[in-house]
Amino acid sequence: MSSQPDQQWIDLLRDNEDEVIEAWTAAAEASLAGRMTGGDLANDIREIYNGLLAGEGSETDIRSSVYDGLRALLNDLGRTRARQGFSPTEAATSIFALKQVLLDLLGRRGDLGAYRAFAKLSIIVDDLGLYMLETYANARETVIAQQAETLLELSTPVVKLWDNIVALPLVGTLDSARTQVVMEALLQALVDTGSEHAIIDITGVPAVDTQVAQHLLKTVQAARLLGAECIVSGIRPQIAQTVVALGIEFGDIHTKANLSDAMLLAMRRSGLDIVGRS
Amino acid sequence: MTDAPTDDQTVLPLKADSDVVRVRQLVRDVATAARLSLVDQTKLVTAASELARNTLVYGGGGEARVRRLVQGTSVGVEVVFSDDGPGIADTELALTDGWTSGNGLGLGLSGTRRLVDDFRLDTAPGAGTRVTIAKWRR
Amino acid sequence: MDRIPILRIGEMLLVSIQVDLQDHTALMLQDDLSNRIVETGAKGVLIDISALEIVDSFIGRMISTTAAVSRVLDAETVVVGMQPAVAITLVELGLTLSGVRTALDVDRGLRMLRDSVEIPVVGRGVSPDDGRAD
Repeated sequence: MSSQPDQQWIDLLRDNEDEVIEAWTAAAEASLAGRMTGGDLANDIREIYNGLLAGEGSETDIRSSVYDGLRALLNDLGRTRARQGFSPTEAATSIFALKQVLLDLLGRRGDLGAYRAFAKLSIIVDDLGLYMLETYANARETVIAQQAETLLELSTPVVKLWDNIVALPLVGTLDSARTQVVMEALLQALVDTGSEHAIIDITGVPAVDTQVAQHLLKTVQAARLLGAECIVSGIRPQIAQTVVALGIEFGDIHTKANLSDAMLLAMRRSGLDIVGRS
Repeated sequence: MTDAPTDDQTVLPLKADSDVVRVRQLVRDVATAARLSLVDQTKLVTAASELARNTLVYGGGGEARVRRLVQGTSVGVEVVFSDDGPGIADTELALTDGWTSGNGLGLGLSGTRRLVDDFRLDTAPGAGTRVTIAKWRR
Repeated sequence: MDRIPILRIGEMLLVSIQVDLQDHTALMLQDDLSNRIVETGAKGVLIDISALEIVDSFIGRMISTTAAVSRVLDAETVVVGMQPAVAITLVELGLTLSGVRTALDVDRGLRMLRDSVEIPVVGRGVSPDDGRAD
């Protein structure tokens, strides 16, 4: 059952199937700190093993078509490990553990020729490990992005203050992505509630730079196109100074120091007023 | 610009007014399939409309190629507008914010560029024009 | 090659754009509107774009021009129902459509037009030669 010299690494695997899989599974299990059941893990390892054998040792480039199945498997694995919350090292060790297993094996056999075969296999395993890590990294990014989006949605509540008036209390730092989401949410709320007035309260915003000011300006312009007017309230003295110092033109955007003044203005524009009862 | 392997692309001729509408609809369909947000779809389709019109009006007619882009786990839409027209002599001028709402002159490229993620202009006098735009799912 | 229909409600003209506009259709609308304003002596034009998913620079310019031309013909124009995504895109393009009045919907647009149309101080049938109203 011997192949050509170049393909002897496949013999290493084939001839020692049971031993390799058992040791490999044990090593992987150890690295996953017991967070994965032996049964599931053993299945995964065996599938990777079979995937490696698929090419009969003819190919060392993992991107060749004989390894399509193996790559698909590692794709899945990378995604799963990411979603399960394993660290990058934990995820990759499942692959790299094979090398230590084989080295141990070779050590016991003392076969020089086999060491050369091992070197070949080592390269393949490295590539596979990295490939899986890439998928893992992408999957992690997706999870993070989804979480970020959820956070974003939770932090941009638009409140209906009165008939025809909505308020958008902003809290925290405003970056480009966040401001765009905020802008869309506000405009949609104006349409959904049929409101002509929006109060954007920035009391909770620590700093305003040129970019943020530009975003605010764009929001006001877009609201006007819809047929609504915006009032920006909660401008703290520091922010007012920054705005002037940066030479930012708030132009004809109405500003009020606090939310109540803004609300009063919006009500008056709506044809309402607040009167005291005697 | 990405040279990632992609799905097949669709080519639409730009020879008449009605073709501009067809390009809009095609870009909309591909953007929807790529699951771009509504705002991003709108921006992309609007940009495509601008460029399609430019190709028709200033380029003497040409074509548009639409394809989905895939790079790792990122998905996007790319549209390439090309014509064999006179080309743009002063690209810097074409890309500055000189467009005003009144006079109907100018190619409006700077505004269009703001609507998309990737923007590339290949042109020279007498050598035609090719504009490539792309927008990615966020 | 469909023409966009123009409805007349009293002294107002109402246009509802339901289809993806081709350039020449937009230009025809511009022409048709100016003609109708003169024919009917309309004082207000309401353009409903709530069904428009795309407004590019050409359509944007058409709207601006229509508003300007109408004003010269002594009619006010209000554009209503712009979709949020469209508004965001127009602002990004740098088109603010200044000089064009906007409203959230047809109801508010009509109210806006009625308020802006000059209401005669004296009633019908009273001429300067008659007894004074006050």
